[in-house]
Amino acid sequence: MKTATFKVWRGNSDGGDFQSYEVELDHGYVVLDAIHQIQAEQANDMAVRWNCKAGKCGSCSAEVNGQPRLMCMTRCDDLDLDKPVTVEPMRTFPVIKDLVTDVSWNYEVKASIAKFAPKPSDQDDGTWYMEQYDVERPQEFRKCIECFLCQDVCHVLRDHHMHDEFAGPRHFVYTANMEMNPIDVGDRVVSLRDELGLGYCNITKCCTKVCPEGIAITDNAIIPLKERVVDRSYDPIAALISMVKGG
Amino acid sequence: MADHKVVEHDVLVIGAGGAGLRAAIEAASAGVSVGLICKSLLGKAHTVMAEGGVAAALANADERDSWKVHFADTMRGGQYLNNWRMAELHAKEAPDRVRELEGWGALMDRTPDGKMNQRNFGGHAYPRLAHVGDRTGLEMIRTLQDHSIHQDIDVHMEVTVHKLFKDGDRVAGAFAYDRGTGEFMVFKAKAVVMATGGIGRAFLVTSNSWEYTGDGHALAYHAGAELVDMEFIQFHPTGMVWPPSVRGILVTEGVRGEGGILKNSEGKRFMFDDIPPLYQGSTADTPEEGWRYVIGDRDARRPPELLTRDHVARKITKEVKEGRGSPHGGAFLDIAWIKEHIKDSEAHIKKKLPSMYHQFKELAGIDITKEPMEVGPTTHYVMGGIKVDGDTQMATTVPGLFAAGECAGGLHGANRLGGNSLSDLLVFGKRAGEYAAKFAQENPSFTVSDDQIAVAEAEAIAPLSRDPGADVGPYRLQAELQKLMQDKAGIAREEEGLKEAHEELLQLKARAEVMGSGGSRDYNPGWHTALDLHNLMTVAEAVVVAAEARQESRGAHSRIDHLEKKKEWGTFNHVIKKGSGGEMEIRREPIPEIRQELKDIIEEQG
Repeated sequence: MKTATFKVWRGNSDGGDFQSYEVELDHGYVVLDAIHQIQAEQANDMAVRWNCKAGKCGSCSAEVNGQPRLMCMTRCDDLDLDKPVTVEPMRTFPVIKDLVTDVSWNYEVKASIAKFAPKPSDQDDGTWYMEQYDVERPQEFRKCIECFLCQDVCHVLRDHHMHDEFAGPRHFVYTANMEMNPIDVGDRVVSLRDELGLGYCNITKCCTKVCPEGIAITDNAIIPLKERVVDRSYDPIAALISMVKGG
Repeated sequence: MADHKVVEHDVLVIGAGGAGLRAAIEAASAGVSVGLICKSLLGKAHTVMAEGGVAAALANADERDSWKVHFADTMRGGQYLNNWRMAELHAKEAPDRVRELEGWGALMDRTPDGKMNQRNFGGHAYPRLAHVGDRTGLEMIRTLQDHSIHQDIDVHMEVTVHKLFKDGDRVAGAFAYDRGTGEFMVFKAKAVVMATGGIGRAFLVTSNSWEYTGDGHALAYHAGAELVDMEFIQFHPTGMVWPPSVRGILVTEGVRGEGGILKNSEGKRFMFDDIPPLYQGSTADTPEEGWRYVIGDRDARRPPELLTRDHVARKITKEVKEGRGSPHGGAFLDIAWIKEHIKDSEAHIKKKLPSMYHQFKELAGIDITKEPMEVGPTTHYVMGGIKVDGDTQMATTVPGLFAAGECAGGLHGANRLGGNSLSDLLVFGKRAGEYAAKFAQENPSFTVSDDQIAVAEAEAIAPLSRDPGADVGPYRLQAELQKLMQDKAGIAREEEGLKEAHEELLQLKARAEVMGSGGSRDYNPGWHTALDLHNLMTVAEAVVVAAEARQESRGAHSRIDHLEKKKEWGTFNHVIKKGSGGEMEIRREPIPEIRQELKDIIEEQG
């Protein structure tokens, strides 16, 4: 068993600082195990979110040595334990206490996006004919565990604080999932341009890099959505036709 | 009285996993005002962990399936202690509940003819589990969540309920606290739906998250509700066993559904020994026949790895006990072997079991497409729960209190079949929401007395004002409770151990009277753990009392001092209720005579 030093950010909306804790690491320890040990033995009131401890719920998002990570999926033996390991809350969201941040903004944005709208059923039992090939594309987006690490790392939110104008990668993935669902007939293209701020994304792919589910956020969700916006709003031939038709 | 916020709803749903969300959606559609309390953030509840699939006799993958076969399978799996009315409704309504999810945006894996695909699972006669790879629970909770945010539902995130209010016999709301701010909240409600899930945190090795502290069971019990079948805890046969940090994390039964086999340290496929009498006719004789079943040969019978969970868990425990376990005290679960039959087995496994591949690769450094996993039993699910009316889901002794999903008892009897909990929460979540709304409309007037609020506040604040000390810190007491339940009320039980467990529980309870967390009110997990611990102690006691009383082995309940299943013990359920002096009372309740039509179905299905 090895001992490691964890520097954990402790504080609240008024401010805070890193505090050091020594932790004895058992085999296979992940960062969340270390945090739990500190909580159980040294700091009962240390605030941290977690649920499944298996990378499925997306609750324990934090920044480990400055990198946005799920604490439950970050193995301690993959870190340089000769130096203290820093653990701090996601910086893009207001801190509530210690490692817990206020992510309620994400829930508000999601509720503002036009809901799933299925076409009438085409089967006798009230369901729809869908082929595996057609559902696979949106199924990738439905792997999202809403850890919000993509939101945390996105510079439009993190550095430019454009929360009022920009929905962030998570919500583009959410929108893409509906837009590419074979039975959805909703139209969210104009709102992607006007309300969700898709144009602010300059495809640096930081979101894709941190996604613990390996969703190709930029390539498979954001870029195809941008193409739809462009086709609808900025296609010169279409604009000409619509002008002639008076549409 | 201290400060508190007052919130009023017609229907208050406590718990926001699949059952709670489904109940809230249904209640809101009836036009009543609905509040939904989540202990965590919305969408993080334990449903997210469900992997293998949702059981419904859609008959997409095998047209021989029907509600009757599903019903008979569920009853057989539950060793006939099930509430047969619930088993009937469940089998009949599950297909519609699953189908409607696609209209709300769910995207299940497909059959070649464009329908929802279905996979094999333990105890189900035909491929019956609609699924998305091995993340079906995520698909379901996200679908319900995304649908619910467009209904008229007030969501209270990171709020924990501490006590139920009553007005006479009827329920009148709940006392809760906001986990973030520590603010107290008084919810006044005409009807309350419990959808709080299970009790896994009462044990050391569990697949359950911190939330699973038996809140619904305990709150309902203290409010006068009955608990049924509390001796039956499902130990899922395949949890991870190594490294220690991941011990207990679930390995989906889907691995076995896709052809995974269990071996001991001698390389023997030990599941072929000791096939239980109820399943002798439906289990394969040879590995070759078992494989044919996996790939869909309709004349082949199931491989023994797909026997019910109680049996598989016991068999693994036996191998370990007799010295044939894996290096870290489990058995080997091998899916890599299918390369003998499937050309591109690596891609096939990654496609069918993506999160298992990921989980073992990341957390254990094992590539499941190449090497076997080490697995062993983990506390997974409680069959027992709040005793309810099968049709309405209303608690038998508390008007206005409803329960659905894992915290309700009855559907699964002595053992639950895999896939039957996702369908359970849809079918009975809907029913609970529907009847709760109806109750609220028909019984509008009630009051919440100030006394009840004052008592709840005093209880809730107490641990904060006390110092944790060396001996009575919440984490320490919780760890002691988990260890004693694991050792003495776990997968193999006997009278002596259960008696000791009971005594130690009472001592622990006395120490918990002066438990202190210290710290402040804002987001203080020590304080929250202290309050949750009271619920855990209540459910732990119920488990021990019921396990002591059932002097036989049946389903998930194994007594090493009473190894046989006894016929006369199959005629009643154990029902637990709080006595007038506050003591826990247990009684035998005869199972009502089953309707002839259902009896015939069971006989027909063999």
